[in-house]
Amino acid sequence: MSVPNYRRGSTKPASSIAVAGNGLLNRRMLLGRGAVLAGAIGTAPLGSLTGAAAEPPTDGPLSDPPWSLEPGVAIEPYQRPSRFEKDVVRTLNNPTGLPGAQGARTPHHLMNGSITPNGLHFVVSWGGAPDIDPDQHRLVIHGLVKRPLVFTLDALARYPMTTRVTFLECGGNSAPLFSPEPLQANVQALHGLASCAEWTGVRLSTLLDEASIDPKAKWFIAEGADAPHLARSVPLKKGLDDAMIALYQNGERLMPANGYPMRLLLPGYEGNMNVKYLRRIKLVAEPAMSYWEAKIYAPILPNGKAYQFYLLQEVKSFITQPSPGVSLKGPGLYEISGIAYSGAGRITKVMVSTDGGKSWAEAALSEPVLSKAFTRFRMPWRWDGGPATLQSRAWDEAGNAQPTRAEFVAQRGELKAVPPVGAVLNHHFNAVTSWGVDGTGEVKHVYA
Amino acid sequence: MFTPSRISSAVGLALCLVAGAASADGPGLGKPLTEANIAAWDISIGPDGKGLPPGGGTPAQGARIYAEKCAPCHGPEGKGGVAGVTAAPLAPLVGGGPITDISAAMKRIANFWPYPTTVFDYIRRSMPWQQPMTLSNDEVYALTAYILALNKLVGDNDTMNAQTLPKVEMPNRDGFIPRFPEAM
Repeated sequence: MSVPNYRRGSTKPASSIAVAGNGLLNRRMLLGRGAVLAGAIGTAPLGSLTGAAAEPPTDGPLSDPPWSLEPGVAIEPYQRPSRFEKDVVRTLNNPTGLPGAQGARTPHHLMNGSITPNGLHFVVSWGGAPDIDPDQHRLVIHGLVKRPLVFTLDALARYPMTTRVTFLECGGNSAPLFSPEPLQANVQALHGLASCAEWTGVRLSTLLDEASIDPKAKWFIAEGADAPHLARSVPLKKGLDDAMIALYQNGERLMPANGYPMRLLLPGYEGNMNVKYLRRIKLVAEPAMSYWEAKIYAPILPNGKAYQFYLLQEVKSFITQPSPGVSLKGPGLYEISGIAYSGAGRITKVMVSTDGGKSWAEAALSEPVLSKAFTRFRMPWRWDGGPATLQSRAWDEAGNAQPTRAEFVAQRGELKAVPPVGAVLNHHFNAVTSWGVDGTGEVKHVYA
Repeated sequence: MFTPSRISSAVGLALCLVAGAASADGPGLGKPLTEANIAAWDISIGPDGKGLPPGGGTPAQGARIYAEKCAPCHGPEGKGGVAGVTAAPLAPLVGGGPITDISAAMKRIANFWPYPTTVFDYIRRSMPWQQPMTLSNDEVYALTAYILALNKLVGDNDTMNAQTLPKVEMPNRDGFIPRFPEAM
């Protein structure tokens, strides 16, 4: 891999600097305000990503459309997106709620920025969303503590709150990429079990201090009030670090399927460990070996052994635009954009390639770059109309590099047979994703 | 209205001094409760058997309960469910040869589950799917005995209880590697 160096102090106009093969341009172009950029962007607007059928004429005399000639509708108490955005919704794998897991995937290819609105936040549910009366809900802390305690929601609401932005990702996100052949599906189907929100709640350490921890405690078991009574064991170290009892999601109370009225939030940790509908925390010396940690979230390795307590969601990135279904409309300037995140801390760098990894250039990161949060990256690209293979690769502040697919498969293996796209047959895939662009601008999932 | 944090800290400190119950940075609003009052919720079971309740059951008793309450989804004798009843046909509760693929579809009780206590714990907390926590402890022991017997992990006449269950040897007990031991 070759990474071209371009001098930060260059006096050349930014737009003229090619920084890697196949048309990648200096990321600083995106930060400029000059006419060069404005003119260039005009060639191929990136807003037309939803595939609207007819574009309004731009060459004749302008006239007032109907909505400019009469008052609009009354405002709703809780507003919803425009009816024209009806396709920007989650996809469900089990829409009638048959016994078994339910998943709702975030439509990353139709979104931008780094925060997931609550209605689009992903869900994996092992027993449906319980209809919890918040006034009847209680949180118990017991086990290896000096003072077992019970908290009501009203009581917790009086505690000092903390607010942070963090991603949540299902351990099974990106599982289709364990397939030995690239599955043809969009980024929602491939990577939609990850979202990022601002969470507000009470530090778990505050409550544990109040209960007074017995030094013999090394783990805690977190249990939900849902029908499966979902339970996960969490190292006490994490509980005393940045764990939170989250009460608010993007400023409003948690959504029912995201854990209303309270959930455990373990920034950077496997989604399933962030127990929803949290009702009990039991401090213990050893993990419980619950069904979810002993069987489900224990990925098999090529030698037949399995990882247990994977804990972290490791550094990952993927390109959301362009991507399968978000095709290019003729040669010209485009912005390659995507999401990077790591359970180990801040994203420090995202490199982008349009020639299948032969050459790379550094993408711009949208500020603020927060620890254990989605970081939007952007990269200007002049597509010449020829074949291209798009990739992104992220690094985090702990020094971890997102593995290439070859590196990942060498360690973790791949499935023997091509699975159905919705099947989650292994966990914790974080390697590079590749999009192949053909001469017509169509984008396919490829292995490169 | 919000209480300025300065004041709530002072209140917390005062409670701490008075009741010895609050931490320095919280108002100390947790109410004490006894382990006896927690009992109905405390369903945690350790892999060493800690927390297993009194009671017991045999495979024969379990077979009768299974046929009525489990077979509709899991199929007769744990052989696997059929399409349409559940979101995806349930994998068999029996079988499982050597693991030859990284697919989770390989995972069975006999070739994967490391602890017998997890069988009891999962049945008790989550099953039957539509009516969890409705089985008696004897019924859960009986179902555990039946499923372990189907898997040839216990004998057809072995009673499972708080003493016998943790001693059942699981073939894949040592098949696991913690991914981030330094974080544990």
